[in-house]
Formats: sequence, structure tokens, C-alpha cells
Amino acid sequence: MSEPRRSLEDHPLFQLTKVRFLEFLREPEALFWVFIFPVLLTAGLGLAFRTRAPEQVKIGVLDGPRAAAVAATLGADKRVVVQQLSDSGAAQSLRTAKIAVLVIPGESGITYRFDDTRPESRVARSMADDILQRGAGRADPLVVNEEQVRERGSRYIDFLVPGMLGMNLMGTGIWGVGFAIVDQRRKKLLKRLIATPMSRSHYLASFGLSRFIWLVLEVAMLVGTGLLIFGVPLRGSIGTLALVSFLSAAMFGGIGLLIAARPKTIEGASGIMNLVMLPMWVFSGVFFNSSNFPDAMQPFIQALPLTASVNALRSVMLEGTPLVGLGQELLVMGGWLVLSFVVALKLFRWK
Amino acid sequence: MFQMQSAIRLAGLRKNYEDVRAVDGLDLEVRAGECFGLLGPNGAGKTTTIEICEGLNTPDAGEVEVLGMQWNANPLELQERIGISLQETQLAEKITVEETVNLFRSFYRNARPASEVIDSVQLGEKRKGRVGQLSGGQKQRLALALALVSDPELFFLDEPTTGLDPQSRRQLWELMETFRTRGRTVLITTHYMEEAERLCDRVAIVDHGKVIALGTPNELIATLGAQYVVEFGVGEGSTVAESDLAHLGGVVGVRHEDGRWRLQVAELHTVVPSLLSLLERNGVPLTELRTHAPTLEDVFVSRTGRHLRDV
Repeated sequence: MSEPRRSLEDHPLFQLTKVRFLEFLREPEALFWVFIFPVLLTAGLGLAFRTRAPEQVKIGVLDGPRAAAVAATLGADKRVVVQQLSDSGAAQSLRTAKIAVLVIPGESGITYRFDDTRPESRVARSMADDILQRGAGRADPLVVNEEQVRERGSRYIDFLVPGMLGMNLMGTGIWGVGFAIVDQRRKKLLKRLIATPMSRSHYLASFGLSRFIWLVLEVAMLVGTGLLIFGVPLRGSIGTLALVSFLSAAMFGGIGLLIAARPKTIEGASGIMNLVMLPMWVFSGVFFNSSNFPDAMQPFIQALPLTASVNALRSVMLEGTPLVGLGQELLVMGGWLVLSFVVALKLFRWK
Repeated sequence: MFQMQSAIRLAGLRKNYEDVRAVDGLDLEVRAGECFGLLGPNGAGKTTTIEICEGLNTPDAGEVEVLGMQWNANPLELQERIGISLQETQLAEKITVEETVNLFRSFYRNARPASEVIDSVQLGEKRKGRVGQLSGGQKQRLALALALVSDPELFFLDEPTTGLDPQSRRQLWELMETFRTRGRTVLITTHYMEEAERLCDRVAIVDHGKVIALGTPNELIATLGAQYVVEFGVGEGSTVAESDLAHLGGVVGVRHEDGRWRLQVAELHTVVPSLLSLLERNGVPLTELRTHAPTLEDVFVSRTGRHLRDV
């Protein structure tokens, strides 16, 4: 059978992709969740956890015969704020963390009272000791120079932007593909389509293509906002970032397809989607480092699709890792991609 | 090309859903060029039958031949040559009429121009309108347009006017009559007897997955042997003997249901006066009296004891 010559406009893949694209474009809520919400969330979190000028250390000195002298020595240092406190006032201030350490001057020495589980209290204790020892005439045997560096890439916002990008790719991949297919099945539109000579691979490919168009916009929007507004670095190449984003999107699209393979109702599908995404929102290190979770959980966490995606995006953006340095992440993502597509195509309910 | 005698041939068709026999040994032949109606109540097996013909469902047993071909041997060829309007398809709401038609056109080797198809179902003014903004009748006309894009030889229309208001229904009937004049074959399912009477050359009445009557609407109605149907109701507590009614001159059938009587009669002008005098003699008050020409509904009632819209 010879295919009559037809223009691109008349090609079924073009038409299917166009309709998919337009359906999303004409859904203002979906546009908000994909493009505006992640930027707002990033901005909000970036503001809450912004880097501040180093705080002054708060030290209390217990009233007593030598209190005034000790307080004066400490107070001469710009890095500390000193308060003289009575017995009961000192206990109260320590308990509510108004002071980080309480200095109790004695006859021949000094006692530090502090909570050793709090990092800032340990810092305050060392600092107070340092100042007082030097004030008492200690000579440091080593010559010390300080170089202060505040590097881009180590702030919370830098950590957050690649995480948000990964999370967004997951959401749009799973929701974008999954909901659209289940919705068409529920409305019997899928049935109507397969009653035509439409090729099933064209149908599935159109989801991939329209996702790809949106992917480019999504990545550009989030990375662009990060770069231009928050000064997040992009140390790796744009090509590597594009490839990792594409692989992530394809993998999540495959997972969306797998979830949508059988359900006939939106409720059924969204239940599965939340079940699949929830562990990744928590464990995959979008908002905080996933290494905070116990070691026993790490193999599970590292195998999650979103963990691989977020880790790879973060390495490319913040550390400039080239593609060859991302072996483990690429392997995990490739594995999920192949697995989800193969199983989805096997299970897919067309009729 | 040789002249095909039958567009669809079904023999011994069976389909079960778990413990329900949806289609139970159905035989049917639709001739090329005719408009054939499957008439029956909801749940009679009409949709299962038409979906098997459309290649959307597979029978448990039986033979299916569409345009002289089998579904498993020539699926693409068949899909190219048939046009379908399913029951309850919801098209994408955010997409316009023209975009929807263009999408469907792209699937076929030979598609008619979009504007021609849209005009043929009188949606020209709504071309740029979104599907979500169309009325029920307009949506159904768009569904019809999608069945028309490939200019098919054989149309399947599953309950094309269900849920529409009378005016939209009449408008759709007018459209469907124009397809018939193009010499295409149409298989339509419906539970509206007016629809079958108006559109169909031949009708199969389907009940419990079987064909229980087959013929032209006039032939089927003629099997009643009645020129008219007389329906009447009597006052509460009053009774009439069925045998008295049956013995009135000109009565060919008597049926009693829900306190109402239904007589199939040959001659209205002799039955009505004798009925009235019978009731008067027995002191039975008349609460209602009407007559109408017999319809396919009366055929269905006389064969099954139920109404088409009962279920």
C-alpha cells in the first residue's frame, strides 16, 4: 500500500501532538502548577533559609565578685554579646536558649555551663574560652591567618533549585502522561480513537513529543529563574543538563504510562500516583540532603527514580560534573525507563 | 469491483460478560446500501453486537463478516472503510471543532476536506468553537462528522440521539437521511421506535441477545394484523372481562397492564361504538380513551409483554 503524499500538517503524529499540546496550553491551572508554583515555592524557601551575616554569639556571665571583669574582657570582642545574670535569670536564659553558654567565674578558674548537644553552644563555649585565655595572657604558638570565602553554590537556594527541577519533572511526567491517558479512557475517547486506523505507536509517541516541548520550557523557566534571580550557578555544560533533564522526563513519562496502563477512573489513577510519588517527595532529597536518612535505608533511597534524577541534576549544576561522572545515576534512570516502558506496553488496556 | 450482497453478516454470535449473556446466538444480515436498525430496550445486547461489528469487541463464538472481510485478517482495511459514532464518547473539551475534525482526518488515507465535513453536519458557525461549549445536539453532530471524515461505505451509529431534546433529534434525523441518499450502508442501534420507523429500511427487534423479529417497519407492524391500537382506562374498582373485549367485532388482540387496556383492532369505526356500549352495559366508567396507528413499540409489546423503555 503506497502512502499518499501528505504535508506535515496532515500527519497523524503531528495532529495528535498538536492536540495534546493545545489541551495543556488551554488548562490555566495546569500551567500554574507547572510553571508558576515551583518558582514561587523556590522563592519562598530561598527567602526563609537565606544566608545571613554571621550572628553574634550570646554569652551570659553569672553575678559574683569577678563577674564585671570577666564580662568586660568578653565584651571587648565584637563577635560576642555579653549579659550579666543573676542565678535564677541565668537558669531561665539557658533553658530558653537566650544565651548559648553561661560563664561562671570562680576563685581560681572558670566554669562553662552549656548544652553539649547544641552546636552553637559548643561554638560559644570555645569562643568564650579563647577570649578569656588570651585575655589572661595566653600566647598562641602558631601564627594564624583567616581567609573568608562565601562561595555561590553552597547556599540552600543552590541546593534547592536542582531539587525543585527534579520534582517538577516527576510531577509533569507522571501527571501529564498518566492523567491524560486515564481521562481519555474514562471518556471512551481512547476507544473511539482505536476504532480508526490510527497507529497505536503514534498515539503513545504524541505524549512523548508534547511532553518534550513542555520539558524544554519547564527546564528553561526553572533554571533560568535560578540563574538570573537567585544567582544559582550552572557549572556543568548546558548539554549535560539537557540530557539529564531529558532522561529524567522520559523516565517519569514511562512511569506515568505504567500507572495509566490499566485504571479506568481518575480516582484509581491518582491514588496510585500519590502512592508512587509520596516516598520520593520525602526520601529523594528534594528539600534536604537524603544522606540524613539512616544508612540502612540508603540502598532503597538511592534506587528511587527521583533520587537519581535530583542527584544528577545537582551534580551537573553545582559541581559541574560531566556526563561520565554520572554513571550510577544514569544507570538507575535508564533502568527505570526501560522497565516502565516495557511493562506499561505489556499491560496497556486499549479497549 | 464486484457487487457485494451483504455489508454485514453475523451468524450464531455469542458474548458473555461473567454470568450475563449479552448476545445469545444472534444471526443477522445487513444488505449493502440499506439502513438497518437494531431496535430493543437497554441491555438487549445491541451495543455489544455493534461493537463486535466495529472490531472493538470480540465474540465468544460465532461468525462475523464485515464488507466481506474478517476483523482479525484485515483490521486496518476495515477501519479505513467504516465510520463510527460510539455511544457516550466525550471528545476533548478544550479543542475546537475544526481541530477535532483535523485530528481524525489525519488517521485516514483518504479524508474529505475539514470544511466540507463540518458544513455537512451544519456546524460551520461553530468551527472555531471549543467542544466544551457545544450543546448536546451539536456534540452529537460533531460525533457524526467524525464518522464521515473518511467518506466510509459503512456507518455504525450507536444510539445517536439518546439524551437529546426532540428538536435536536429531528435535526439529526434529517442529517442521517442525507447519508442514506448517498447510497451508503448504515447500521444503527436505538431504543426509540420513531427513530427506527423513520430512518430504517429494515429493523431487527432485539431482546435478551436474540433477534425476535425482523423485517421492514411496515411488515413488522402488519404482523399485528391491526390497523389501530385503542388504549383505555377504567375507574378504580371496576373490571372488564378480557373475554368480553376479545369477542368485540374487529378486535385482534387484547392486553391488560397497569390498570389500562390495550386493544389491537382492525376497524376503528366498529370497535369504538361497541366498546363504549359494552362498558355502559356493565356500568364501568371510562377514565381515558385514545387511539393511535400501531408502531414498532406495539410490535415489541405484543412479542415480549414489555415496553422498549422499561428496563
